[in-house]
Amino acid sequence: MNIVVLVKQVPDSGAERNLRSDDNTVDRESATNVINEMDEYAIEEALRIQEAHGGEVTVLTMGPERAGESIRKALSMGPDKAVHVVDDALHGSDALATSKVLAAALGTVNPDLILCGAESTDGRVQVMPHMLAERMGIAALTGARKLTVDTNGAGGATLTIERQTEEGYEVVTASTPAVVSVWDTINEPRYPSFKGIMAAKKKPVTTLSLADLGIPAAEVGLAGAYSAVVEHAKRPPRQGGTKVVDEGDGGVKLVEFLASEKFV
Amino acid sequence: MAEVLVVVEQAGGAVKKVTLEMLTLARELGTPAAVVLGAPGAAAAVVDKLAEYGAATVYAAEHEDLDGYLVAPKAAALADLVRQVSPAAVLLGSTQEGKEIAGRLAVKLDNGLLTDVTGLAADGTATQAIFAGSTIVTSRVTRGLPLVTVRPNSLTPTPAPAEAKVSAVEVAVDGSAKLARIVERVAEAKGARPELTEASVVVSGGRGVGSAENFKQVEELADLLGGAVGASRAAVDSGFYPHQFQVGQTGKTVSPQLYIALGISGAIQHRAGMQTSKVIVAVNKDPEAPIFELADFGVVGDLHKVVPQAAEEIRKRR
Ligand SMILES: Cc1cc2nc3c(=O)[nH]c(=O)nc-3n(C[C@H](O)[C@H](O)[C@H](O)COP(=O)(O)OP(=O)(O)OC[C@H]3O[C@@H](n4cnc5c(N)ncnc54)[C@H](O)[C@@H]3O)c2cc1C
Ligand SMILES: Nc1ncnc2c1ncn2[C@@H]1O[C@H](COP(=O)(O)O)[C@@H](O)[C@H]1O
Repeated sequence: MNIVVLVKQVPDSGAERNLRSDDNTVDRESATNVINEMDEYAIEEALRIQEAHGGEVTVLTMGPERAGESIRKALSMGPDKAVHVVDDALHGSDALATSKVLAAALGTVNPDLILCGAESTDGRVQVMPHMLAERMGIAALTGARKLTVDTNGAGGATLTIERQTEEGYEVVTASTPAVVSVWDTINEPRYPSFKGIMAAKKKPVTTLSLADLGIPAAEVGLAGAYSAVVEHAKRPPRQGGTKVVDEGDGGVKLVEFLASEKFV
Repeated sequence: MAEVLVVVEQAGGAVKKVTLEMLTLARELGTPAAVVLGAPGAAAAVVDKLAEYGAATVYAAEHEDLDGYLVAPKAAALADLVRQVSPAAVLLGSTQEGKEIAGRLAVKLDNGLLTDVTGLAADGTATQAIFAGSTIVTSRVTRGLPLVTVRPNSLTPTPAPAEAKVSAVEVAVDGSAKLARIVERVAEAKGARPELTEASVVVSGGRGVGSAENFKQVEELADLLGGAVGASRAAVDSGFYPHQFQVGQTGKTVSPQLYIALGISGAIQHRAGMQTSKVIVAVNKDPEAPIFELADFGVVGDLHKVVPQAAEEIRKRR
């Protein structure tokens, strides 16, 4: 099976994150950049499917030069190769433009299965898998906490996922080609071994520009965005209020506070 | 006035609160029109409720296929309706399904999209809170109509009774929208507690709760306050409470009137899911725990003593 995993480099959610004051885009320059955590689960799932059914695993990233670090990190877990879409004109792309570019790049690999994280920690938009499926005319199975692959011998497979809903869960099925997004409940990603880290340095990474994909620069980036940030400001930090030390009456004091706020 | 389409979300046959919030918001922007996307009969069950909150029209897009496949048929039906009625704006809930439909709709209509919106002005300017709620952004769709998903609990729903006219919508679902088939829906035992993202009170437990067994204390306090139960990732990873109740960066975002954090340190990824709550209360035995920096009221103490006493005190006051 030919599998592509979508990997996005994002600013570390545990560190300070900002928008740039000049063009209101995410400040990736000053941030600590890491692989979107949820994508590591997608990589792990891809590797497990490869171990069971064979085939190839390709990592696909769209992002600036620096996203190459995340590609190497992803490759050190075990995928075979990577595709990196990099072009200055991509700066400021919205989800629509990103999906256009990723769909075109996926077309160059022609995967049976596309795996990605359910959402990224910077945008938390959660729309990428369905946008890709819509553009590519393939199925989207989203928010998987479990994925089963039944190969049909002819290179394709039937995919079945379980996805959590508010009432319980749904079992959803589709045939390849399809895009599947995963939650962090699906598996436990492996740590790269020393050998994996060394091997990753030599794995092939193909870089593609917008021209390579036949996408006009005007359709992506800030210029081609379908939405715009007008302004942004830091929310004033919350002020801590009253703090009492429990001296045997902490529960009562807590309820007195709740009562003063009319919650009891 | 132009119509503002509100895509109805239902749970267990009832209209979800976020839908009533969107109808309330839609009244500021134009004439609210609710859109029911579901199996035959789905609209009839909810028309009265939608009318109570101001829906002048209820578009009933009903077809078995809308229920039997993941979102693609719903997006197709909605796109057809938008093309027909040319609304002033389209609002969906910022829920998994709402976002998924919106993503497909944006591609189909070649239209901009804003997600997780907490406010929308009549001129289409939207407010969003990003980066764990630390940055407030105003933004707008610059191509097409305002297509936004609205975060639950962003405003208080208020009734405004209207005569809802039910308008049946022709639904034609072609094969390309029927690729992801739902083969089974399994209901998991769910008590009488409100849904986490919609609850006006959320009581969450962290690693400090200590065990799955001890989560009963968290549940008891939640039940006394009519609230939902949440959990930190550490509590979920330790197996104390199921994953769907996780609050934070990789869990649910909640914005209740009252959030009570029990034995939760207040890591930035946890704050990401709760920091826009109105009132925050924390119980933690460590006086230096970062959660106190944002708590309106904090008790430094052992939650196993403080929580049962608080529960007892609430019962006494009844
Ligand atoms: C990419 C990423 C995503 C993440 N997403 C999330 C997320 O969605 N949600 C989330 O919550 N976390 C998330 N985290 C994890 C987060 O960083 C913290 O590790 C986690 O929130 C800690 O949970 P906790 O506060 O319950 O545990 P701890 O940090 O261990 O804190 C436990 C607290 O309980 C107190 N305590 C212990 N015993 C008692 C007692 N008897 N009485 C009173 N207090 C007591 C302690 O003083 C301590 O402050 C994420 C991390 C990463 C890297
Ligand atoms: N620029 C990108 N390059 C590669 N994958 C991406 C990119 N943007 C989003 N994705 C994938 O889509 C998922 C959902 O992203 P989002 O819709 O931004 O929340 C991420 O977890 C990634 O797997």
